Amino acid sequence: MQRIGVFVCHCGTNIAATVDVKTVAEALGHEPGVVISQDYQYMCSESGQNLVKNAIKEHNLTGVVVCSCSPRMHENTFRKAAAAAGLNSYMVEIANIREQCSWIHKDIATATEKAIILGKAAVAKVHLNAPLTAGESPVAKRALVIGGGIAGIQTALDIAEAGFDVDIVEKNPTIGGKMAQIDKTFPTLDCAACILTPKMVEASQNEHITIHSFSEVTDVKGFVGNFTVTIKKKARFVDETKCTGCGLCTEKCPMKKVPNEFNMGLDNRSAIYIPFAQAVPKVATIDPNYCMMMKTGKCGVCSKVCSAGAIDYKQQDKFIEQKYGAIVVATGFNPINLDKYDEFAYNQCPDVVTSLELERLMNAAGPNGGTLLRPSDKTHPHKIVFVQCVGSRCDDSKGKPYCSKICCMYTAKHAMLIREKYPDTEVYVFYIDVRTPGKNFDEFYRRAVEQYNVHYIKGMVGKVTPRSDGKIDVQASDLLANEQLHIDADMVVLAAAIEPDKTARPLATMLTTQMDTNDFFTEAHPKLRPVESATAGIFLSGACQGPKDIPETVAQASAAAAKAIGLLVKNSITCNPCVAHSNELMCNGCSSCEKVCPYGAITYIDKEFRMPDRTTAVRRVANVNPAVCQGCGACTVACPSGAMDLNGFSNSQIMAEVDAICK
Amino acid sequence: MQVNDNKEFQPLIVAFCCNWCSYAGADLSGTNRLNYPTNVKIIRVPCSCRVNPMFILRAFQRGADGVILCGCHPGDCHYTSGNYFTRRRMTLLFSMLDFLGIERDRTRVEWVSAAEGAKFAATMNEFTEAVRKLGPNRRLEDLRCRKQ
Amino acid sequence: MQEAMINRAKQLLADGSVDRVIGWKRGEFVYDITPAVFTSAEELDADFVYDDFTAANVSKYLVKESKKEGKILAFLKPCDTYSFNQLIKEHRIVRENIYVIGIPGGPKLDAERIKANGITGILGAKNDNGTLIIDTVYGEEKMPYYEALSVKCLNCKSKKHVVYDELIGEDGDILDSNRFDMVEKLENMTAQERYDFWREQLSKCIRCNACRNVCPACTCEKCVFDNPDSGVENKAATDSFEENMFHIIRAFHVAGRCTDCGECSRVCPQNIPLHLLNRKFIKDINSLYGDYQAGEDTTSRAPLNDYKQDDCEASIVHERGVE
Repeated sequence: MQRIGVFVCHCGTNIAATVDVKTVAEALGHEPGVVISQDYQYMCSESGQNLVKNAIKEHNLTGVVVCSCSPRMHENTFRKAAAAAGLNSYMVEIANIREQCSWIHKDIATATEKAIILGKAAVAKVHLNAPLTAGESPVAKRALVIGGGIAGIQTALDIAEAGFDVDIVEKNPTIGGKMAQIDKTFPTLDCAACILTPKMVEASQNEHITIHSFSEVTDVKGFVGNFTVTIKKKARFVDETKCTGCGLCTEKCPMKKVPNEFNMGLDNRSAIYIPFAQAVPKVATIDPNYCMMMKTGKCGVCSKVCSAGAIDYKQQDKFIEQKYGAIVVATGFNPINLDKYDEFAYNQCPDVVTSLELERLMNAAGPNGGTLLRPSDKTHPHKIVFVQCVGSRCDDSKGKPYCSKICCMYTAKHAMLIREKYPDTEVYVFYIDVRTPGKNFDEFYRRAVEQYNVHYIKGMVGKVTPRSDGKIDVQASDLLANEQLHIDADMVVLAAAIEPDKTARPLATMLTTQMDTNDFFTEAHPKLRPVESATAGIFLSGACQGPKDIPETVAQASAAAAKAIGLLVKNSITCNPCVAHSNELMCNGCSSCEKVCPYGAITYIDKEFRMPDRTTAVRRVANVNPAVCQGCGACTVACPSGAMDLNGFSNSQIMAEVDAICK
Repeated sequence: MQVNDNKEFQPLIVAFCCNWCSYAGADLSGTNRLNYPTNVKIIRVPCSCRVNPMFILRAFQRGADGVILCGCHPGDCHYTSGNYFTRRRMTLLFSMLDFLGIERDRTRVEWVSAAEGAKFAATMNEFTEAVRKLGPNRRLEDLRCRKQ
Repeated sequence: MQEAMINRAKQLLADGSVDRVIGWKRGEFVYDITPAVFTSAEELDADFVYDDFTAANVSKYLVKESKKEGKILAFLKPCDTYSFNQLIKEHRIVRENIYVIGIPGGPKLDAERIKANGITGILGAKNDNGTLIIDTVYGEEKMPYYEALSVKCLNCKSKKHVVYDELIGEDGDILDSNRFDMVEKLENMTAQERYDFWREQLSKCIRCNACRNVCPACTCEKCVFDNPDSGVENKAATDSFEENMFHIIRAFHVAGRCTDCGECSRVCPQNIPLHLLNRKFIKDINSLYGDYQAGEDTTSRAPLNDYKQDDCEASIVHERGVE
């Protein structure tokens, strides 16, 4: 028989106002095994905890029930207190009489009655609790960063700075991500390349950082501290170790009609290419869909001109496997596809562009060398209309329900830059709201309106129609003036909503992390744990968690790095002892449990058993790896014989609670 | 016949709530002071997939009038897939109970996220009323466990 | 058929291919036939029997038999092969230690149903174009053949052997069996009618455990109903709840694993139509999660160990059928 102490908390008046705590303590004092039952003002306070600790020592308690707030709040507090008094911390159970009793009920009599029943259920459970000891598992001192944009780069640099090895896996031939494509950054109007490329170089030169460019994560096994990741290094048909990045091959390549992704398809590149001048690694890549040699077997120019002998048309995808202690996801974002937005004539008219395309059109390394020209006829536009919230804050299925956050600011930036460089150009911005929270953000926007005379019009654009004279008719409503407008624009720029990269969803499945309905990774807590995923050892960096501008992304990247470092400095981590275990004597070896385990924690072994008639028999039995098991309990129900049970939430414990409640 | 009993039937409702979503949702309805009847008694489980059909039958045996199982929304399971298994298991179990003639409104599965305090309270109000209408569970109880 | 089986078994024993044979032997009465293990030609000649009363499924016996030294020959009817495959899938039997000969199956006769017609002292029976001619100690009796068939054979799902090393006789096809008709009929009753139906049936249960002991899916090392720690242990059905619970839990434990071999109903001394519970699960699984036949193969995922993201919600139970 356990010796149980019951401690009923008043929580000031939070509990005591609706639950008669004295009566609860009195009633629970009569439960079998309860040797002391007390109430106290604030059980979680130091003196409250001391009350518990002293009672444990004084009465030789083997179990503790605290009737208080939710276990999500203070279970740990009381577990620690118990441990400090020499009682195994898993001998503590909480009866939630605040959130699930006093706060939702008004009638003192019934609330008290319910509190007593909840307390009895906890007492019944503690009777069946067994001391649990948390195991330890080692931490691999290496981090993986998935995504090589500014978020991934910053996270990797910070982790490397702390002295840990870190690998960046980037699916594109170069790191840099979206920021590399951006012309200037708000609100300071720094050139993006000028601040990003040094970081890229720093990453490539850091002895602790390994960059796997043109690579993808294909498999993730294991758990916090002990992930085994398979990385596919896609064949780029150029030996990375030999290529010097001289670029001669790209000049000589006869196939020059490949849409250039880096410039958003606004100009062309060669079939063998280096995405941009400051690419890291600065290594050429052959696009097998366009390369003449790969398609027809006739060409081989690049191979001939390459003095380093780096070209290898027969290169195969390579798979590498590596152990990591922590994984940081930094998969970033993309503008949404605008195919469904016929009203803006995006697919019909080349002079209707997205904001990211405009970045390239204005960039000195872009298709026009930095001169803003219409893509259709390469003339200078004199009237430009910006449309905000294209696909953002949408109720319909076409768009996204959320605010993409960055569009207001970059549109102000675009408008300002255009007015600065081409004062003869009229700029109109149609908006629903202008949202500029952030340091120096509103000042920036006001400068666009006041100093640069950008025409901000509250209202949505209804229809964009290309006209035969090359102008674009923009039909819109001005909600403040309450009038319909027609603007004959030369160019229209659409602030397309941003969405998580398409690779994020399959990656989340591999990592067993949660995502919201928009495919953004879900943080462990929206306020208090914003850079951790709910899955231990997986951290979130940048826009993969939600729309973010660059300063926020960098801040989160560093925060994720700090969290990862906090894990990597440990030599071992304590495991959750509430894991499944199989009773070998009852196990059928039927594999049901293995099929439902999301972590692959269950394996089978052939074990010899002594049979009643002095013979031995070999039976196949399940074996749970306690370091991998996360304690969900799916296996316990899949097991027909009941051989599989869960520590801390055992069949008998839950049934005891059911019985106590139904008594 | 006039039943001269003003005392409303008070059903006993056992609610199994997963630790990560629904238990937190229940906490949230407490934090927001959203009322639901004291009839509902919550049992915390790590995941809805921890709930064995035997627990549900046990509750009915011992005199519960309704059993509700709450978990994370499909796709949001803390353990990735637990609630998908729950969904199949409970669909089949409830269908079997229905096949045996047990009132279908005595059992329910509801997905309640940690953010859905209001949904939790509304669900519990609604479910308690539905079970109250059915009256005491007589078809699936153990007479020896009946309260005096 | 019996002759061919004995001869083949003797051959395999003689050339050392197998060490034992699992088949059937007769008890006190001609219709009282139980599974038995034979180790010699003499034993086979003396006792081996396979006739219209031989209905028992021997696959469950292989859980123990296949773990013994040496190889065993098993004669499997089509329905037995499904159970056999399911046991392979669950790693319950050692395939390498078994030589499977597929034999033609039923329909089998049920002596209890013959006796129910007032015919006793059965010495033998023969089907003559839909009429069963029964040889009894009191002379010849007749009854409609169909009425004498074992319940498990009335809605035969398949005459095809899904696994075998060799066949004696022809292999058949999967049949369109209408086996869910009765389940459907119950589904269309009101809840009260269903409750009354099952109360009448299940209240007959004497908790003899025959259904569990014969069931090829019930091969647990230790059954939850025998385990005092399981919280559901009980030995007797002393209350209506216990009758219900035993059968619900048992049906749930074999859901997605039951091959619908019908042994439970065949052996029930109280003639409770237990197979209807299993068929209810099979019918639900087929309609909600796609057709699935347990034992058809050894690799597919059992429906309860599987899921789809767009599976129906449990509330579907409220939306269909009769309240």
